[in-house]
Amino acid sequence: MDTQTLTYIIVGITFALYIGIAVWSRAGSTKEFYVAGGGVSPIANGMATAADWMSAASFISMAGIISFLGYDGSVFLMGWTGGYVLLALLLAPYLRKFGKFTVPDFIGDRYYSNTARSVAVFCALIVSFTYIAGQMRGVGVVFSRFLEVDINTGVVIGMIIVLFYAVLGGMKGITYTQVAQYCVLIFAFLVPAIFISIQMTNNPVPMLGMGDTLADGSGTYMLDKLDGLSEELGFNAYTEGSKSLVDVFAITLALMVGTAGLPHVIVRFFTVKRVRDARKSAGYALLFIAFLYITAPAVASFAKLNLMETVNQTEYKALPKWFNTWEDLGLIAWTDKNQDGKVQYLGPKLDGGSALSSKSPEFTGERGMSGERLISNASDNANELYVDRDIMVLANPEIANLPGWVIALVAAGCLAAALSTAAGLLLVISSSVSHDLIKKMINPNISEKGELVAARLSSVVAVIVAGYFGINPPGFVAAVVALAFGLAASSFFPAIILGIFYKRMNKEGAIAGMIVGTIAMLLYMIKFKLGWFDDVVPDESEWWFGISPEGFGTVAMLLNFIVSIVIMKFTPAPPEDVQDIVENIRIPSGAGEAAAGH
Amino acid sequence: MTKNNAKAYWKENLRYLFILLSIWFIVSFGAGILLKDTLNHISIGGFKLGFWFAQQGAIYVFVILIFVYVRLMNKLDKKYGFDN
Repeated sequence: MDTQTLTYIIVGITFALYIGIAVWSRAGSTKEFYVAGGGVSPIANGMATAADWMSAASFISMAGIISFLGYDGSVFLMGWTGGYVLLALLLAPYLRKFGKFTVPDFIGDRYYSNTARSVAVFCALIVSFTYIAGQMRGVGVVFSRFLEVDINTGVVIGMIIVLFYAVLGGMKGITYTQVAQYCVLIFAFLVPAIFISIQMTNNPVPMLGMGDTLADGSGTYMLDKLDGLSEELGFNAYTEGSKSLVDVFAITLALMVGTAGLPHVIVRFFTVKRVRDARKSAGYALLFIAFLYITAPAVASFAKLNLMETVNQTEYKALPKWFNTWEDLGLIAWTDKNQDGKVQYLGPKLDGGSALSSKSPEFTGERGMSGERLISNASDNANELYVDRDIMVLANPEIANLPGWVIALVAAGCLAAALSTAAGLLLVISSSVSHDLIKKMINPNISEKGELVAARLSSVVAVIVAGYFGINPPGFVAAVVALAFGLAASSFFPAIILGIFYKRMNKEGAIAGMIVGTIAMLLYMIKFKLGWFDDVVPDESEWWFGISPEGFGTVAMLLNFIVSIVIMKFTPAPPEDVQDIVENIRIPSGAGEAAAGH
Repeated sequence: MTKNNAKAYWKENLRYLFILLSIWFIVSFGAGILLKDTLNHISIGGFKLGFWFAQQGAIYVFVILIFVYVRLMNKLDKKYGFDN
């Protein structure tokens, strides 16, 4: 059977599974729709959180990014896992004890103010929409690559499937499909990693293989070889990196705090029965996430070494078949700048750098001397090779000559990762609208049934909006991830932490802090990432304190904390009953199930 | 549940948080970032130590930290009778 047929079969089976689960676990009440009825076991919730968390970007792009950044890629590894420690220790247990449905619920009640609630709803919607647009695009890309349909058709197929189980099942349906999706995606990530680790180092455990000697019997450590080869080709040593210390620090912290502040992650901890289950499920969530996050750097280093050894100074005609396959898809491009028929892959120290003068290759439609696809936007440095970062994971099974079913499995894994995250985000959007906006602010007398209808309708609208952005990605897509994390870090995190750990914190302080933090983050992003103020994106030397837009969430968060505390000092303490709420959430016992009204 | 009981519980909780978050900071921002270059002079197998902490070690410690926290808090809940 060929790979294409296998892909259809495996993807088809997994989709049937997700839809079957959605029908079996459909939601009948708002409580089931928002928090799955509040009775999910910690292990199932841990898996669902892990699938919710690991998006198409984690699955496909992260290993590729690390592959090209080397040590600097560690910011994603530490940032996207370390946040769970903050979540488990500082947020999850208390928010579970508080026992409501959404993050704006907590902000609105703790700060006894509908203004605070509105600011929180606004932030939740921006964060979730920026994030979901990227996911829908990811679904489209994966469909188009593996099922050979147009990207836009792929987005539409993805929309229909997500719509089906998110609208029908609510949080309950999503939770149990996410458990299945986690199993699919982790299996799909680990299998090729294990095969490749064995090929490269004879060690079947990728995270140990990374530190092992090469399989060629030379006794050289894999990473030493990788460092040596990188430097030989004019790149930084793989294990050293090139970002400044302060920037690495700031980005890592911004990603950690942003992770802990993302509404679609926080809301998962409302679905368990007791406070102790909330703690435990944060532990399981991180454990399940860690399987992928400690394997990804191993995959990244193997793939980088494999790539450099295979292509450098090799004649184009002698390159393996996968090179041409991915070149045909436009994800690899080669220009024979010095006319020798061989590939030169060179880093900045040997007059290399980006092989293109713009972001992605523009093919002319003609073939060159060696049969390569010609491009019109080659740069004038000596590096001849452009490799899209995403293919590090996607092409790995082919590079390692793995059987067709493994390639099909990777396709199913990518789709599981993208769909599970999209569904989780969709739920946050629909509950923000139906619960926080309609029930809590516009029409408090809405019936249970009416609210459920509103929740379903708003998820339909949300899917359509997300699908629209997936098909017509806004120009700022590159900034999207950094923006979502930066905003989560600069808006929610300080307000929630202060709400729990600082009884005296009042609404004036919290609202001012959230507004200042969010605006600072948006402005910095617009100035230094999008360049809308100066018509060009300003140079790195102009960054404040040498901190990139990706790391600025850290600064904006500190700003939020400072503004909150200063304003609080000059304004009255919160009322007695609010202070009692704070006393109460600090004690784990007596946590009722999450409920709408108290 | 008396008010003093709740206060004492909260104080012990904060002490745990301080200790665990210090470890969280040391393995990631300490060993993986600030002290990376120094630690890279030490190698364990094929790994330079600073690099290992940044891409592997910190994550292992994070997982352990949460489960230690879960255990400590379950005991603390019991001690103060908040474990119903």
